[in-house]
Amino acid sequence: MSGADYVDIYRKASLIRQTDRRFMDVIASGRIATPYYSPAGQELIPSAISVLLDQKDYIVTIYRGMHDQIAKGVPLKLLWAEIAGKVTGTCKGKGGAMHITHPASGVMVTTGIVGSGLPIANGLALASQIDRDGRVTVAYFGDGANNIGAFHEALNMASLWKLPVIFVCQNNRYGEHSAFSLTTAVERVSDRGAAYSMPAETVDGNDAEAMWRAAKVAIDRARSGGGPTLIEAMTFRFYGHVLGDDSHYMEEGELARAMEADPVARLRAILIERGYASAGQVEAIEAAIKAELDEAVEFALSSEYPSLDEINTDIYGMETAA
Amino acid sequence: MNSVEALNGALHEAMAADPSVIVLGEDVADGQGGGVVKVTQGLSTRFGDERVRSTPIAEQAIIGAAIGAAIAGKRPVAEIMLMNFTTVAMDMIVNHAAKLRFMSGGQTNVPLTIRTMTGVGFATGGQHADMLEAWFAHTAGLKVVAPSNPADAAGLLASCIFDDDPCIFIENLPTYWVQGAAPPANHRLPLGKANVAREGTDVTVVSYSRPVNDVLAVANKLAKDGISVEVVDLRTISPWDRETVLASTRKTGRLVIVHEAVRNFGVGAEIAATVQEELFGQLKAPVRRVAAHNAPVPFSKPLEAAFAPGQADIEAAIRNSLG
Ligand SMILES: Cc1ncc(C[n+]2csc(CCOP(=O)(O)OP(=O)(O)O)c2C)c(N)n1
Repeated sequence: MSGADYVDIYRKASLIRQTDRRFMDVIASGRIATPYYSPAGQELIPSAISVLLDQKDYIVTIYRGMHDQIAKGVPLKLLWAEIAGKVTGTCKGKGGAMHITHPASGVMVTTGIVGSGLPIANGLALASQIDRDGRVTVAYFGDGANNIGAFHEALNMASLWKLPVIFVCQNNRYGEHSAFSLTTAVERVSDRGAAYSMPAETVDGNDAEAMWRAAKVAIDRARSGGGPTLIEAMTFRFYGHVLGDDSHYMEEGELARAMEADPVARLRAILIERGYASAGQVEAIEAAIKAELDEAVEFALSSEYPSLDEINTDIYGMETAA
Repeated sequence: MNSVEALNGALHEAMAADPSVIVLGEDVADGQGGGVVKVTQGLSTRFGDERVRSTPIAEQAIIGAAIGAAIAGKRPVAEIMLMNFTTVAMDMIVNHAAKLRFMSGGQTNVPLTIRTMTGVGFATGGQHADMLEAWFAHTAGLKVVAPSNPADAAGLLASCIFDDDPCIFIENLPTYWVQGAAPPANHRLPLGKANVAREGTDVTVVSYSRPVNDVLAVANKLAKDGISVEVVDLRTISPWDRETVLASTRKTGRLVIVHEAVRNFGVGAEIAATVQEELFGQLKAPVRRVAAHNAPVPFSKPLEAAFAPGQADIEAAIRNSLG
């Protein structure tokens, strides 16, 4: 991994981190009303993967997927406007935070149903396999999803059909309020790969280089017809399940330790220590992000809500009576 | 020609016409017999096993793969062997296939056809013969289609495949081998349009799928007694053809609705309520429903025979309506 790759990953991670902070501020101020599932702490996973993906590659993600969407390239303004429920959003305000779609960036489905993205990711990959278009599909999901039937059905089919799909479990140690060990009979999600003859590994998702290397192997395998990979990326979420969660169910000190080892701050320090970018360059990146963010927030808040007849459109290709 | 042959022909034509049409489901490829009743026979031999795939017994994986392929530009025809097994894939159908167009603000759509079969009469008991069309009709974004004869089956299936939205296509297993007129080549019937299968002036009977044939037999019998029955075959259950049903009921002033599904909260309730809202004061008799008992499909032969409505029930309802 080159110094430039490090900088690219940091640029994405930093954009995600700043966006996340701003969402929490704007939601707290009452200017946007939405349940919000912060991905803070998990930024490096999609950032490291996305620098290896092309725009035409597909992703499928979950309600806690803002980092995945930004890393893949969804324009900030459109994302903000969608989460604000405005007609200028990616989905005209009809999807919302849990249902972001933006095919122009390759973000095909965002789902609020745990585990349901995996079977659909298979279908995207199936189309690519038939068309031999060289695309790969990445399915992001949480550790909670590894106990749902859809996960198992999808892994089996993907392996059987050698689909160009990569299953990326962002293991943040909790599914809502339940610890991983309380709900999962195996020690690691990657242990599940064996049952489907699927290459699988557990990586430190908070280590940019480890994440990048694992992603590269998986993407190369998928693109060359070698079939799917299961990656379990170990990480932690900084704000509990949903905004307002007091994290009472966590182990004593667990959250504090994780926040101390903040992966975004660590990556920033590496950039400067190793000379991939000077402190001034890093600050310039951050300042540019802040300016972009200011503009996106202003755009979202000043945009119009969709007109009420949008209730009755986009239900079928041909409109039918209400 | 029977419905198996008609459907098979329609699938061959669709796959030949458009390379984006793909077929997947349990045992659909020729190596596994071309489908349990051979509706998909010959497709994998002719179009290759890249486009025609036998799948694991994994209904979520089947419908999920079909949805993903559909939003990526394919026109998948996914077979769910029996309608009761759609329940295993309900999340995929209801939360994803039906809603992706709306939730994406029209950026993606799901041109998916789910072929499934069901029907009372094979002594399969409670878990293999339900008519669950009302569940799907109750979900905005899905189209629900149920043909009553081989030619309609071919024409409606082709329209579902080339429609840009998800369609649930319900085949009635016990009628698969009943002969009917052969469809013309590349037959297409518009979705959402009912067929006036028989014109009449005294009473309108609205039905779909297998019972249409019983309704027609009863209508022919009653004609000899001087009773003129108009028979409307809905063909598409959702979105349903309100105009045709209302026009016919306005003309006759009487409506009987017949379906094989259980009566409670069924398709008949929606039609009856709509007719009441639109034609109150013009009706000469209360709207009547002929439907299955509100029970699981029973196994024992006499119970099974009594469960779904038959010609005697239809005749009684029509006579009742006439007072
Ligand atoms: C099928 C389903 N069951 C339950 C829920 C409610 N729910 C929402 S998030 C969640 C926890 C999921 O945890 P995980 O998969 O680890 O993802 P994370 O939120 O940690 O990113 C649950 C149970 C749901 N959305 N979908």
